[in-house]
Amino acid sequence: MAEVLVYVDHVDGAVRKPTLELLTLARRIGEPVAVHLGPGADTAAAVLAEHGAVKVLTADAPEFADYLVVPKVDALEAAAKAVSPAAVLVPSSAEGKEIAARLALRLGSGVITDAVDLTAGDSGPVATQSAFAAAFTTKSRVSKGTPVITVKPNSAPVEPAPAAGTVEQLAVTFGPLATGTKVVQRTERKASGRPELTEAAIVVSGGRGVNGAENFSVIEQLADSLGAAVGASRAAVDAGWYPHSNQVGQTGKSVSPQLYIANGISGAIQHRAGMQTSKTIVAVNKDAEAPIFDLVDFGVVGDLFQVVPQLTEEVKARKG
Amino acid sequence: MSLRIVVAVKYVPDATGDRHFAEDLTTDRDAVDGLLSELDEYAVEQALQIAEAADDAEVTAVTVGPEDARGAVLKALQMGVAKGVHVEDDALHGTDVIGTSLVLAKAIEHIGYDLVVTGMASTDGTMGVLPALLAERLGVPGVTLLSEVAVADGKVTGRRDGDVASEQLEASLPALVSVTDQSGEARYPSFKGIMAAKKKPLESLDLSDLGIDPAEVGLAGAWTAVDDATARPPRTAGTIVKDEGEGGKQLAEFLASQKFI
Ligand SMILES: Cc1cc2nc3c(=O)[nH]c(=O)nc-3n(C[C@H](O)[C@H](O)[C@H](O)COP(=O)(O)OP(=O)(O)OC[C@H]3O[C@@H](n4cnc5c(N)ncnc54)[C@H](O)[C@@H]3O)c2cc1C
Ligand SMILES: Cc1cc2nc3c(=O)[nH]c(=O)nc-3n(C[C@H](O)[C@H](O)[C@H](O)COP(=O)(O)OP(=O)(O)OC[C@H]3O[C@@H](n4cnc5c(N)ncnc54)[C@H](O)[C@@H]3O)c2cc1C
Repeated sequence: MAEVLVYVDHVDGAVRKPTLELLTLARRIGEPVAVHLGPGADTAAAVLAEHGAVKVLTADAPEFADYLVVPKVDALEAAAKAVSPAAVLVPSSAEGKEIAARLALRLGSGVITDAVDLTAGDSGPVATQSAFAAAFTTKSRVSKGTPVITVKPNSAPVEPAPAAGTVEQLAVTFGPLATGTKVVQRTERKASGRPELTEAAIVVSGGRGVNGAENFSVIEQLADSLGAAVGASRAAVDAGWYPHSNQVGQTGKSVSPQLYIANGISGAIQHRAGMQTSKTIVAVNKDAEAPIFDLVDFGVVGDLFQVVPQLTEEVKARKG
Repeated sequence: MSLRIVVAVKYVPDATGDRHFAEDLTTDRDAVDGLLSELDEYAVEQALQIAEAADDAEVTAVTVGPEDARGAVLKALQMGVAKGVHVEDDALHGTDVIGTSLVLAKAIEHIGYDLVVTGMASTDGTMGVLPALLAERLGVPGVTLLSEVAVADGKVTGRRDGDVASEQLEASLPALVSVTDQSGEARYPSFKGIMAAKKKPLESLDLSDLGIDPAEVGLAGAWTAVDDATARPPRTAGTIVKDEGEGGKQLAEFLASQKFI
């Protein structure tokens, strides 16, 4: 069976959930071969094997952390030459998309980004994408070279499927471009203790209607009662009420959770672009005419400062 | 020494309009008015600020697209860019991102550059990969997704706010940078700027000017194929209740019925 390269997104060997989802998708089109770059391969290999990786190619070098993007492209290119894969799958993070694009160009291949589903087709993998702020669903394929496809988080279930997971060293030679962009300093983001926004099953968001940084505790309390991630509209972020890393929308994170709860958010097209593919959508807004209500499965027209705390109490009571 | 800055700007259908695909599954550009991608306004702004901070610098805006895509360059000229270049050719219809990056790279080499500035993503294709492809093609460092950027002493520095960390980056010129919408509000064209733009040079180029074989671009030359585009079915109308003191409880009831609690 054809091999499919899966780029592993991890933090020091802790594999992030979107990579495990890619392994599920990879198994639909071939045998997953994971590529793990940087430290922690031993920890990662076991998890990758449990989820279907027949092989884990690893390389570690200071270049991966000290320079932007290109060293990882050099490594993936080496992996693609070693394996001749039927496709290369990369998680759709900002970095993942850059890696995928450069790799595709080097392999003389087309690139598809932000796939939300992947199936085997007669002439290679078929990717489902949402276009124009999710108003359209398209089916695309790469018509030249090795398909390089980035896939959005939450596009497939994580399924255990034990495989060999044989670890092999990958020989990488860095090209002249690899050391072009130096990372002079890195400040790790403080963990909030809440689920990662793009991976969370439930996202609770606040917008301009939250009316102040201090009021975001109302949103956070609801999120915590549901075990959810906290999102924000750009209006709330621009006002400085919540960090940009929590922004949902076209220029923020694109989320596709089981449940999205929008509070005090009007539903502008750029916000919708980042949440419209959520399975169930709920909104609280005091304006019955707010466009967000066009999207909802359940909406409450009312003041969020009345509705949200009551909902939080109710959730806590029901969960016991 | 003059600093040559080229800013890539895309003309896109207005996102607040009813955007569609045409019969050949390319963007229907006739259905909705176009404009300069709002995210490229940030690129123009940063290009202008970098030029203003330099002793001697010139900014050129370049776009690849059909006739009305000139509008994107015109807006950049109105904002303060000195020169414009529009690559237009019938053979370009349906070009994918790989082909677009080829045309842009050739055009940028034709113009001559020390620094290329782009937006973070277009507001129609929204792939966010063109900057990386351009850097790869031009063979220069890519310093991408910057929320802060500065150029001094032949070096570009900037801050990239990522998922797990915020990074301070540095590269030597020539280089490519892409900037996010966190990089600072874009200026509005002044009346003077709008009048001045009419007299600024706006060069038109076609594929033969750039030495590109038409077979490498367009729908036929694309390395990806869209086989199907379906409008998302309208969501079935949801239940909407007015809060009369029990809104939170009603919402909880709904969430429970859907097994979320
Ligand atoms: C290029 C570009 C990119 C963009 N990217 C993004 C993006 O990534 N994400 C994003 O969100 N936006 C983005 N925007 C901005 C977007 O256009 C909107 O301006 C933004 O989403 C509005 O945020 P909001 O809904 O919180 O605010 P508003 O539109 O002001 O809506 C506030 C809502 O809160 C309601 N409200 C007020 N008080 C209460 C209360 N007490 N209880 C209940 N409801 C209340 C109001 O009725 C109103 O509907 C982008 C714009 C551009 C041009
Ligand atoms: C809905 C939709 C889906 C698409 N899907 C795919 C796909 O899966 N695969 C594929 O190969 N192509 C696809 N395309 C085509 C692709 O979007 C175009 O080729 C496009 O020119 C490059 O990608 P982008 O617009 O997403 O640019 P991005 O990579 O998002 O753009 C980033 C920056 O590059 C610059 N830039 C981009 N285009 C131009 C231009 N024409 N002129 C000047 N500067 C520019 C701007 O500075 C912009 O801010 C799609 C287009 C649409 C409308």
